[in-house]
Amino acid sequence: MKKILLVDDEPNIIMALEYTLRKNNYDIFIARDGEEAIVLSEKLQPDLVILDIMMPKVDGYEVLDYLREHETLRHTTQTIIISAKQKESDVQKALSLGAKEYIKKPFSMKKLLSTVTDLLTPNH
Amino acid sequence: MSKTALIALIFVYLGILFLIAFFAEKNKGSKLVSHPAIYGLSLAVYCSAWTYYGSVGMAATSGIEFLTIYLGPVIAAPLWVIVLKKIILLSKAYNISSIADFISLRYGNSRSLGALVTLVCLASIIPYISLQLKAISETFEIVSTSTIGIEGTSVITDSTFYIALILAVFASFFGTLSLDASKNRTGVMFSVAAESILKLTFFVIVGVYVTFYVFDGTTDLYEQANLDLNLNKLSTINGLNGGINWYFSIALSFLAIFLLPRQFQTSVVEFNNRKQLKTAIWLFPLYLLLFNVFVIFIAWGGLLILGNESNADYFTLLIPLHFGDKWLAVLVFLGGLSAVISMVVVSTVALSTMLSNNLIIPYGFLKKLTNNKSLNNEKTIKNIRRLCIFSSIILAYLLYSMFNPQVSLFSIGLISFLTIAQLAPSFFIGMFWNRGSALGSKVGILLGMSVIVFTYLLPFFTENVLNNNKFVEEGLFGIGVLKPYALFEIELLNPVNHALYWSLLLNTGAYLVLSVIRKGNYRERNYGEMFVNSEKVIQLKENAFVWKGEAYVEDIQNILIRFLGQEKADKALKVFRKRYQVNPEEKLADARFINFSERLLTGAVGSASAKILISNVAKEKPVSLVEVLKILEENRETISVNKSLEEQSQKLIKLTSDLKLANEELKIQDQLKDDFLDTVAHELKTPITSIKASSEVLSEDDDMPLELQQRFLGNIIQDTERLNVLINDILDLEKMASGRDMLTLKSHRLDECVQEAIHGISSIAQKENIDVRFQPVSNVVLEFDYSKILQVFTNLLSNALKFVPDKKGLIEVFLEHNSEEIVCTIKDNGKGIPEEDIHLIFKKFYQSKNQTFKKPTGSGFGLAICQQIVEMHGGEIYANPKLKIGAEIIIKLPKFKS
Repeated sequence: MKKILLVDDEPNIIMALEYTLRKNNYDIFIARDGEEAIVLSEKLQPDLVILDIMMPKVDGYEVLDYLREHETLRHTTQTIIISAKQKESDVQKALSLGAKEYIKKPFSMKKLLSTVTDLLTPNH
Repeated sequence: MSKTALIALIFVYLGILFLIAFFAEKNKGSKLVSHPAIYGLSLAVYCSAWTYYGSVGMAATSGIEFLTIYLGPVIAAPLWVIVLKKIILLSKAYNISSIADFISLRYGNSRSLGALVTLVCLASIIPYISLQLKAISETFEIVSTSTIGIEGTSVITDSTFYIALILAVFASFFGTLSLDASKNRTGVMFSVAAESILKLTFFVIVGVYVTFYVFDGTTDLYEQANLDLNLNKLSTINGLNGGINWYFSIALSFLAIFLLPRQFQTSVVEFNNRKQLKTAIWLFPLYLLLFNVFVIFIAWGGLLILGNESNADYFTLLIPLHFGDKWLAVLVFLGGLSAVISMVVVSTVALSTMLSNNLIIPYGFLKKLTNNKSLNNEKTIKNIRRLCIFSSIILAYLLYSMFNPQVSLFSIGLISFLTIAQLAPSFFIGMFWNRGSALGSKVGILLGMSVIVFTYLLPFFTENVLNNNKFVEEGLFGIGVLKPYALFEIELLNPVNHALYWSLLLNTGAYLVLSVIRKGNYRERNYGEMFVNSEKVIQLKENAFVWKGEAYVEDIQNILIRFLGQEKADKALKVFRKRYQVNPEEKLADARFINFSERLLTGAVGSASAKILISNVAKEKPVSLVEVLKILEENRETISVNKSLEEQSQKLIKLTSDLKLANEELKIQDQLKDDFLDTVAHELKTPITSIKASSEVLSEDDDMPLELQQRFLGNIIQDTERLNVLINDILDLEKMASGRDMLTLKSHRLDECVQEAIHGISSIAQKENIDVRFQPVSNVVLEFDYSKILQVFTNLLSNALKFVPDKKGLIEVFLEHNSEEIVCTIKDNGKGIPEEDIHLIFKKFYQSKNQTFKKPTGSGFGLAICQQIVEMHGGEIYANPKLKIGAEIIIKLPKFKS
């Protein structure tokens, strides 16, 4: 089972995401901020990280940066950004830091799910 | 008084003088030393021993004619505004340090003319200094032995010699402190001013003594004099003949006040601000008036008491001595000494500058100074000046001791005036007539001097030294037309005025005729133009002088270094480059640099030497008069065009910077607005995202357990509420910020409001086990908007709840007040505010990273709203930045609204 790490400081959003993804047979882990995200990534080596940007302590960009620099995680772990930040410059920044997709909030759960499925399908 | 005691007194007096000069040099900027009156008083160096003693002598023998010597300067004083101002302007612009330099520069840095003027000054000053020494010596004898006449003394035993030497030391020390002779000599001038006060005071004292103590007031004196003396002769002008003499005498002193080297020194070289001139215009005539009030009474008194037989020059000493008032005689003696000292010191300083800069350096030392390997020219030049001071005083002493005619002080003084008056045509006409040439000037001065020798000095010598009247009565070789006191047998004028008339007539005539017949070289004409149009010079600065030729900056720089020293030369060069924005790499010197350097050197070595020095390294090409005039005109035009261009560009620069600032301000505002909108959008999107996600989950999944469904629905309701709060907060804040929200002010107890807020959060506080403490203060009553202030306290308390530790949380509220304001402090023991955020917390959407609860429940507007409300009440709110543990928010509300 593929491991997905959800990172967001909004518990209600996390709850909806967790429910949907679990139902689609992913192993789900949750981090409430960037700091936790880094610790959990190191520990779990998730296949995918779904990452918010604006969070307390360590923000999404820093997490992206960490994942990109990490010697094993850079090969094993992909990232999708979910953020309310709308500007093109934010999108470009995230993509340049190694994010695979950038999904703007409020997102469609269907769209998110199909993106996740695409990224985690082996022949992709 | 014994000789020894008197000598001791003199030396003490000289010692005090040194101290005064030292004091002034040390306190240059002080109010006292730089007071404008000092300048006016220093002009009174005009009143030498000749005035101090001689006026009385003159009044006793020839009546009120003595007044002419003072009327000239008094008439000149109002003219200073025009003439002296112009002289000062030019002198300051060209670093002129003496009258010789002034005249030499006017006639194109003429070396020979400068030297000639210096010699004329020397001829005028040396006998005058002799006269001063004679006065000291004679009065010394009178005061110390009470008898008139000089005992046979040798140089070694003559105290006058030592006094002269000390004066030389004083003058050479304080007179040559700066290499640039055009710089102020503060110490000398301050001591001169002090001496001016002393001599006036003592003279007035003796005047009062004679008039009111010896006699019974002016009426008594007049009546007694009327009986005994030929008052008619002593108190009138003596008809037409006398009138003409008066006219010439006044003219003579009028010229002297401008031309005497010591007057040029004090009025021009030592000048440094306009205020001084304004003060001097009334102070100096007033000084002269006071000086002369008692002259006639002392003269009459002296004649009445002592008779015609005694030396009328010294009535001021003899009268007190006659009545046994020796102390007064000593005071008068000291006053006379003051007059002598100031005159001798200033004269020799002026003379030494002229001798060194216009005679010795340009004629003898220039080559040596230029080739000198060592760069110690400053020392050499200063030493030359010191040597000049010593030699002129010693020369004067020798003249006095070897050749001591028994003539009145007054007649020797007039020789000095006559001689110096020969500079008048070159000096005055040259300033207002651009054609005046060096040749005319030189020939005129030489002619004038020869006339004086023939009509005054020669007969003076034969009469007083050879005691032979043949020359005077029969004329040269017995030719009547050549009678020295009556050329062409015209006997209308007294000898002095006769000499003045003929010498100035020939002098001026030769000057005018030769200037018209023979044009001067382009240099003379150029400077002629500049002197006549002096205000242009100030405008044009270095552009005023037209120069064509080729010179290298490096060569000129080397000269500057040699004569001014490395440091001053570098500084001057920097000033020049900055003023004209000249490229430091530029190798060829332009006219401006030539002029600039010449000016600098003028202060140090005189204008003639400056020109020679520069022309040694520069290949100068002659310029035609047309070119001179054209360039002057052009320069003036370019300058005015440049000026208006510069003004325009200054305006543009200012406008641009204003626009930039405004633009920057707009950009900041824009950025703030963008940030705000971004954040608003983000904050709104977060609950919307949650609502959307939850709804999607619910709609997609029919067989979800009921309990889970309830939780998703609960989340949706919670987020909707959050959206609602957020939108209300935004509206609230916007309303308050735009001033549309009015306060409902009513008198309430503030502690009740705090308690209600505490009550509002008490249930949460109890649940989290947080201790909230508050001691109500009943007497704090204030007019405020209850519901809004309640909102502030509620906000702040809820904030505090979020940050305190879970179990041992403590929130304290303090209420204090003084006569002006109420201070409310809300303190918690939470994580505190990060130092870098202390200024940000009242910004909209600020949410701290230090929150204990995982989920920030606020909209991010809480503190911004609090700040807005407090400020609407005229108060302030801030976080205590000095705290180590916890946070402390302080609200200050004024008791009375301004």
